[in-house]
Amino acid sequence: MMFKRLTGALIGATLALPAVVSTASAYELVIPSLDYRTGPYAPNGIPFANGYHDYLMMLNERDGGIEGVKVKLVQCETAYNTKQGVECYEKTKDTPPSRALVYQPLSTGITYQIIPKASVDKIPVHSMGYGRTSAANGKVFEWIFNFPATYWDQAAVLVKYIGEKEGGMDKLKGKKIALVYHNSAYGKEPIRTLEKAAEKFGFELMLLAVDHPGQEQKATWLQIRRERPDWVLMWGWGVMNQVAIKEASSIRYPMDHFIGVWWSGSENDVLPAGDGAHGYLSGAFHAPGDNFPAHDDIKKHVYDKGKAQGERDRIGEVLYNRGLIAAVYASEAIRNAMKIHKTKEITPAMMRDGIESLDLTEARLKELGLPGFTIPVKITCANHAGPRKVALQQWDAKAKKWSFVTDYYDTMNDIVDPLIQEDSAQYAKENNIKPRDC
Amino acid sequence: MFYREAGQFKTSYIADQSILPIAQDRVFVFGFMAVAFLGVPWFIDSYWANAIFVPFLAYALAAIGLNLLTGYCGQVSLGTGGFMAVGAFATFKLITLFPDLNLIIVILLSGAITAAVGVLFGIPSLRIKGFYLAVATLAAQFFLVWLFNKVGWFFNYSPTGQITMPSVEMFGVLVTGPSASPAARYLFCLGFVVLFALAAKNIVRGRVGRSWMAIRDMDIAAELIGIRPLAAKLSAFAVSSFYIGMAGALYFGVWLGSAEPIEAFGVEQSFLVLFMIIIGGLGSILGSVLGAAFMTLMPIFLKNFMVDGLAVEVVTAKHVEITLMGVLIVFFLIVEPHGLARMWQILKEKLRLWPFPY
Repeated sequence: MMFKRLTGALIGATLALPAVVSTASAYELVIPSLDYRTGPYAPNGIPFANGYHDYLMMLNERDGGIEGVKVKLVQCETAYNTKQGVECYEKTKDTPPSRALVYQPLSTGITYQIIPKASVDKIPVHSMGYGRTSAANGKVFEWIFNFPATYWDQAAVLVKYIGEKEGGMDKLKGKKIALVYHNSAYGKEPIRTLEKAAEKFGFELMLLAVDHPGQEQKATWLQIRRERPDWVLMWGWGVMNQVAIKEASSIRYPMDHFIGVWWSGSENDVLPAGDGAHGYLSGAFHAPGDNFPAHDDIKKHVYDKGKAQGERDRIGEVLYNRGLIAAVYASEAIRNAMKIHKTKEITPAMMRDGIESLDLTEARLKELGLPGFTIPVKITCANHAGPRKVALQQWDAKAKKWSFVTDYYDTMNDIVDPLIQEDSAQYAKENNIKPRDC
Repeated sequence: MFYREAGQFKTSYIADQSILPIAQDRVFVFGFMAVAFLGVPWFIDSYWANAIFVPFLAYALAAIGLNLLTGYCGQVSLGTGGFMAVGAFATFKLITLFPDLNLIIVILLSGAITAAVGVLFGIPSLRIKGFYLAVATLAAQFFLVWLFNKVGWFFNYSPTGQITMPSVEMFGVLVTGPSASPAARYLFCLGFVVLFALAAKNIVRGRVGRSWMAIRDMDIAAELIGIRPLAAKLSAFAVSSFYIGMAGALYFGVWLGSAEPIEAFGVEQSFLVLFMIIIGGLGSILGSVLGAAFMTLMPIFLKNFMVDGLAVEVVTAKHVEITLMGVLIVFFLIVEPHGLARMWQILKEKLRLWPFPY
């Protein structure tokens, strides 16, 4: 009996599968959110997804959407797996009424996967500080954006910081810098930049790969203990971060000489190592903490109304804020697109124009309740990477807080720009793309 | 009532040996093929092609390949992911070195290259058996993935180690790359799977397949009746790897379009294909296809059912999906340890007696 009912329900579901649920007739802005709250990358995926969700829900609750048009957030679980990411992309891209306006998959692997697809489907992709670095060249990558800075900019800035600490770039000569990286497209991104920098400044680069999912790093850190590099950089994600920081503290590697990419610098990466993580550094492009007016609005309009997906005391974590700023970029680009095209019913193509002429000034950030939260961003047709500035933040294990220890550094254009030109030219050649004039 | 072969007489050996001796089966299979080839392409959209049919077909081909080796010849292999990687990287290298080569030839060549690699890693099977062989093939898995991740020549020195499939035309229609139409991708994969499933079915019915089964059932007895274990085992590795290599080529070339070795061809891949043939039925071509369908489509179906049908929260749905997949696998194996193919067979027998079972 039970089985019969179950089979009945399953058959019913099969029939219902292709049917699209259409509810309100009013126009809605579809924003797909490819999150991952399961698997080895969930510790990092969850706060980001919460921040993204909460900010857009706050707009819906407080302002009735963006310029009065509700946001329809379509969530899809990818588990940080490219195959599931493809399924999610295919599933969400044509969601009515507006189709998917922008993708922010928070995965370099999925970004690589959807770059060619989205360019054909004419849907913009904003891989915010991840994905394919050469997408910075808007002449070739018409639909792909990666502002506010790329991996290569970040690698360059980290070298700059090390040079500063050593007392000048010329002091880098003969130093040994190790890169501990996730053995995937993501982790390999900075290698070429670091190799160029090593050539230019004469330091020795040591490459140490960590395989997915990154729980096994004993051998890596044994090697670091033996070779004693002067500095260690890390391109890690998910549980790999926590394990690396714990291993580093257990071999007593000086934490203030251990710098993570901005994807390796959030609370859940350092907390498991306890006091051992004190002094650990990471890249950053926005402030940590929940002391901004926008956070108060989120608490009031989302958490107090019981519409939140996360926990209240985790608002303001680094990755929560990163999800929030991603949602800010998306919503501001939508506003911009509405202004340009003088309609509230925008399409993905209009959204692209909105992102391409996005100009998020400090004054506007203040209006949004985020004064001094991040650097102003101005996107142009040729430059899809924006300001390309990176700061460093440091972990204080006693206060359990991240805080900025430097100002925003500029990238090293002499190293990074030729690499971007070279890689984007190769992509254009492989895919028969004629670079746009701009 | 409807499914009964009474009155169907076979008057020749050819008729007696046909794959589908019962007329109703023939009608069903040909009807099914007609729908698959002529009906589906009209309705298929990019979601159905890229998320459902193409991955299913690629995995079905891989499962057939592994079933030839494990189900028919009894050699347990955990190297499937690695062999799929060989097929994918061979396709990538061939298509970038010879852009004008026909894609079908490229995929066949990739299969042949994988077959050679498979034979190489099959050599230990002459000395070691069972679980020990599984460990030896596991070494192949890790070695191959490491190789493709390490040596720049294989991925044309791309900075991220990713390989990307260029857009390739067949008879004026794009079948790979982002602009390829869903129907073209689907038909291309379907053609390969149907053709090679038929070939596999015939191989296992013939002398070669029988020698594999003899080795599987008892290798000493097989040797005594004159089957050479060397030839039988290595041919099983070769044919199996040929299939898996082609599956890897379709998986990378037609479905994903770009891949990085560790994630796309990791050990999870090997286990997934092994589970497919265990659930589908060891030693059955139909079972491979059913198993592939179960393992690739069931999670997507469960997810869509829960998220769209029942409006469950996405993350809860994911957790339930993982649990439910496990439960279903255990359930099916308890109900029928010989897999879905055996279930299908029982169903057919019941149908023959229906509506008067005794």
